[in-house]
Amino acid sequence: MNEEESATMSTGYPPEVRERLETDAKEIIGRYPKARSALLPLLHLVQSEDGYVSDAGYEFCAEMLGLSKAEVVGVATFYTMYKRKPAGDYNVGVCINALCAVMGGDQIWDELSEHVGVGHDETTSDGKVTLERLECNAACDFAPVMMVNWEFFDNQTPESAKQLVDDLRAGKEVVPTRGPGKLCTFKEAARVLAGLPDGLAGEGPSAAGPSLEGLKVAKAHGWEAPGGAVSDR
Amino acid sequence: MTTLTPVLTRNWDQPGSFTLEGYGEYAAARKALSQDPDAIIQMVKDSGLRGRGGAGFPTGMKWGFIPQNDGKAHYLVVNADESEPGTCKDIPLMMANPHALVEGVIITSYAIRANHAFIYVRGEVLHVIRRVQAAVREAYEKGYLGKDIFGSGYDLELVVHSGAGAYICGEETALLDSLEGHRGQPRLKPPFPAVAGLYACPTVINNVESVASVPSIVANGADWFASMGTEKSKGFGIFSLSGHVTRPGQYEAPLGITLRELLDMAGGIRAGHELKFWTPGGSSTPIFTAEHLDVPLDFESVGAKGSMLGTRALQIFDETTCVVRTVLRWTEFYAHESCGKCTPCREGTYWLKQVLKRLEKGQGSEEDLATITDIADNILGRSFCALGDGATSCIHSSVKLFRDEYLKHFEIGGCPFDPAASTVWGSK
Ligand SMILES: Cc1cc2nc3c(=O)[nH]c(=O)nc-3n(C[C@H](O)[C@H](O)[C@H](O)COP(=O)(O)O)c2cc1C
Ligand code: SF4
Ligand code: FES
Repeated sequence: MNEEESATMSTGYPPEVRERLETDAKEIIGRYPKARSALLPLLHLVQSEDGYVSDAGYEFCAEMLGLSKAEVVGVATFYTMYKRKPAGDYNVGVCINALCAVMGGDQIWDELSEHVGVGHDETTSDGKVTLERLECNAACDFAPVMMVNWEFFDNQTPESAKQLVDDLRAGKEVVPTRGPGKLCTFKEAARVLAGLPDGLAGEGPSAAGPSLEGLKVAKAHGWEAPGGAVSDR
Repeated sequence: MTTLTPVLTRNWDQPGSFTLEGYGEYAAARKALSQDPDAIIQMVKDSGLRGRGGAGFPTGMKWGFIPQNDGKAHYLVVNADESEPGTCKDIPLMMANPHALVEGVIITSYAIRANHAFIYVRGEVLHVIRRVQAAVREAYEKGYLGKDIFGSGYDLELVVHSGAGAYICGEETALLDSLEGHRGQPRLKPPFPAVAGLYACPTVINNVESVASVPSIVANGADWFASMGTEKSKGFGIFSLSGHVTRPGQYEAPLGITLRELLDMAGGIRAGHELKFWTPGGSSTPIFTAEHLDVPLDFESVGAKGSMLGTRALQIFDETTCVVRTVLRWTEFYAHESCGKCTPCREGTYWLKQVLKRLEKGQGSEEDLATITDIADNILGRSFCALGDGATSCIHSSVKLFRDEYLKHFEIGGCPFDPAASTVWGSK
């Protein structure tokens, strides 16, 4: 190893962390015909280590993919899911896009933000909760919608929202409305996004609430597609 | 009377619908892989399936554009970025029935002679990503993906790729740039992705629902699919009702069903209220009012009335809702999501937001109405991609349909509506 190489190595992660990340990174990169396609997953991966994309994280991605750090930063800053400063264990988002806002999302945000004492993209002093104003999260039929670490918390009210955050800060168990039986941390979530499954896919319902309304109506009336013949069995 | 036709949503109430055991044995994919790829393309052409991601481009025709025997790698990229405000069908579909998508990917990839496919899922839906990852893993374990699928000699690798929060990555060429590890900004067309897409190779980009519909076509035939819907808008689609509706949710019906029929099934507008305005296909489609309750929700009929079928995202607002506030919030979304590549959209959405903020506070003037119309005119048709055009839909349509409501804001020096009355709990 020449001097230059050892200098870059020493600025990044401790050797055992680096070794672990490198194993994961190589597996991820191997899935793509061209290595650079792994950049978004690798940014999720380093976020799963640090809770945000740290300097060491940028450098790691750059080294793994043969890019400059500037290139990596340029890409990462385009995407809202990559945090640029340390974030809380729980990323609590309130959808404030038009439909949720009208259905009560605005009131939820105002009351929650006041209750917790932090604003958009700010973290509570105990390091537990980061609040975020979210755009439409593709759950409009469950409005008003909240997300914690990218799990669904459907049909919220200002009261349920405040309770939810109080519970998170008190370390009480909190369960998504459509998701696994336990909420994982922000870092754990980021690892799944990197493409490294956590084995929780089987938990939770197939679908719930509004997702099933149409099917219920169809069944009540005995409506089917022509011939009823759609089964794949 | 139009009735519902659950196909993709049919198994959603079954526990384990998301597992291979709950779904079935990929009979359609087996059938497809024993046929000539061109026969599959022809079948999808004959079915009349049109893209379910918004634009309604004929799916079979898109596949047919892929050059054959060109010696290049071909790719299928599934657009699972679902981020258009109001659109909420692909996410529950992938949560409850991911194998319909995976089976569709196998058939589609085989038809276009691709050996590598990607599902680009928006990152903000963790459990959905888990379900799709698990479905893909199960399919690999059964030998439905990987080498020599069903002993046909056909190989396919499928990667689930999570995005990282950017609406623009739903635009197909921005999605490709993002998937190549860059900022998600649209590319100049031509060349179209069918010629130079992912890694400059021939690529098909299709919406989740488009691809997931393919196994049912292979299983039941093109005629079966074409027997549903209208003359030019064939088949079924998921209609997503949200907002001030008694029972919002996902209603899978033939294209051409009307909002009046859907509302009947959904228990109507919430009790004690009436319909004021709605989007037929997401926030990028011009708004409609009660006048449009009987417009058949197919590509042609909605277009003839000045809007677009889009993604069948029916966001429904009752008389308690302020149009100006709603339009402001959509506009803030477009300003936030504009990728900044072209000036009309980057600057225009910013200024629209500023003027609308003033209008909503009752501090505007009639001149401001002319200003937002002018700005929108300068974005529409002059932007690099359809995000810019989409941002103008709610401006033009709301000024046209609700001019008086804008005027009222500056007549009384504020918003005439009580936002509390629009909330879910406000009506109780
Ligand atoms: C700003 C913007 C966002 C889009 N988002 C999506 C999306 O999330 N999902 C999708 O399928 N299509 C989206 N589209 C449309 C795609 O560009 C493309 O037309 C579509 O994926 C093609 O698939 P289809 O032919 O199966 O509909 C978007 C378009 C624009 C301009
Ligand atoms: S129209 Fe908007 S989103 Fe599209 S390229 Fe221009 S700036 Fe980017
Ligand atoms: S508007 Fe909130 S989830 Fe769609």
